[in-house]
Amino acid sequence: MQTIDLNTTTLRELNSRLQTESAGTQWTISNPNGRHALAVGLTQPLEVAIEGHAGYYAAGMNQQASVVINGNAGQGVAENMMSGRVHVKGNASSSAGATAHGGLLVIDGDAGARCGISMKGVDIVVRGSIGHMSAFMAQSGNLVVCGDAGEALGDSLYETRIFVRGKVRSLGADCEEKEMKPEDRAIVATLLEQAGVTDCKPEDFRLYGSARTLYHFHVDNASAY
Amino acid sequence: MCGIVGLFLKNRALEPELGRLTSQMLKTMTERGPDSAGFAVYNGAGAGQRKMTVRGLSDGNIGPFEAGFLEIIGGSGEVHKRHDHVILIYAAEYEPAVRAYVDMFDDGVAFASSGESIELYKGVGLPEHVASRFALEKMSGTHAIGHTRMATESAVTVAGAHPFSTGPDQCLVHNGSLSNHNSLRRQLVREGLRFETENDSEVAAGYLSWRLSKGEKLDQALKASLNDLDGFYTFVVGTRDGFAVLRDPVACKPAVMAETDDYVAFASEYRSFAGLPGIASAEVFEPEPQRVYHWEHAA
Repeated sequence: MQTIDLNTTTLRELNSRLQTESAGTQWTISNPNGRHALAVGLTQPLEVAIEGHAGYYAAGMNQQASVVINGNAGQGVAENMMSGRVHVKGNASSSAGATAHGGLLVIDGDAGARCGISMKGVDIVVRGSIGHMSAFMAQSGNLVVCGDAGEALGDSLYETRIFVRGKVRSLGADCEEKEMKPEDRAIVATLLEQAGVTDCKPEDFRLYGSARTLYHFHVDNASAY
Repeated sequence: MCGIVGLFLKNRALEPELGRLTSQMLKTMTERGPDSAGFAVYNGAGAGQRKMTVRGLSDGNIGPFEAGFLEIIGGSGEVHKRHDHVILIYAAEYEPAVRAYVDMFDDGVAFASSGESIELYKGVGLPEHVASRFALEKMSGTHAIGHTRMATESAVTVAGAHPFSTGPDQCLVHNGSLSNHNSLRRQLVREGLRFETENDSEVAAGYLSWRLSKGEKLDQALKASLNDLDGFYTFVVGTRDGFAVLRDPVACKPAVMAETDDYVAFASEYRSFAGLPGIASAEVFEPEPQRVYHWEHAA
């Protein structure tokens, strides 16, 4: 375990070191003090712990690494993650997991607005609630929410599955509730287990998905061409 | 982009630290707003007394300005100069006469704020320079609000810097941009309000002052603004006894709050809180859109 103190190390040094480290090493980042772009662009299976609150885009573009934030995260945590795991022990601000292609994002607290916006294959588990316009134009992957969802959930949704245990304030355009099948429950069970959530049962979740009326060409519009 | 900060002290023992803590918070927001900065500090006044902040003073005009002021109030007042601003202190009954005097004085002199507690300073330049020009770090008080500006809707001038004060002890800082400010300004002018700039945020301040002047409470006025103001905003509003926070329904402008037994702090980004005492154990949260957050000292 090696410690990098951001009171004495610049952000650029931190990221270039982590980006060139070899697999399997363990790192602690102290005194993050809300700085932006912490531990971004990692490509190796490292273990990184950020001891405090992180600013914008923490652990963005992650590949393979496991990043734990022992605090809150600002906007765009794990944005564009490709693989690996990012775990926020506190709350996350807006656009958590934005456009992420893969890996697992776990948020122990609440996530703000636009959680999982345009997600492209990532799995996101939020133990608390999520804000408005979450999973906007979400394309693939799973969003599991143990609490409530804000307004306009899943607006203009493609093929992301959204599982919500609590209340949904409103659904966005082209998002509808779907029947929860055994294979869907199995997905929830697996993700809850991976996220270390033991106090929620898969059968308590409801499934929301795309009604597929927006992104399929409608033959009535043929005359427009 | 802009940076906004606010600090409301619950623990009176921290009051001598208000300026120093606000100054730190403001400087941290330089990247969000490097072109100008401003702040309002609330630090009370004597019973029956009023304070007015006036800016645009220089060695050339301070003499005649001060003499004229003392003549109006019969000599029983005070003038405190800080860089190009002055704080005038006078008995409440002279308020209309002093305001009329400041308005007619001309020669670059402009009214900034008045009330029982507010002092309002702003200037062009890096937040660090603006803060040190006025020795913010040495100021004490009950609460303070600050702004670092990256101009979008109007020119980089002292008048365009925040906070804007359009009513007694009221001020507003804004991160965002309003799209219906011209039509709203015309409506408010018809209602008798005055605006000093073409700035959209001044319209938001004027709108709230107008509603408050109709007898509404601050939280009611802020709720009404959700219907009447079109655009992006995170507002922090200061009053004599406290401050309030509101974010528009889309909430694309950032906001974070921290609360301990000693204070409530607001900032655009958490980074501004890093130097606050006891921040490691503070409750840190993001204010929800469309919800009015409001803290007040008992009057």
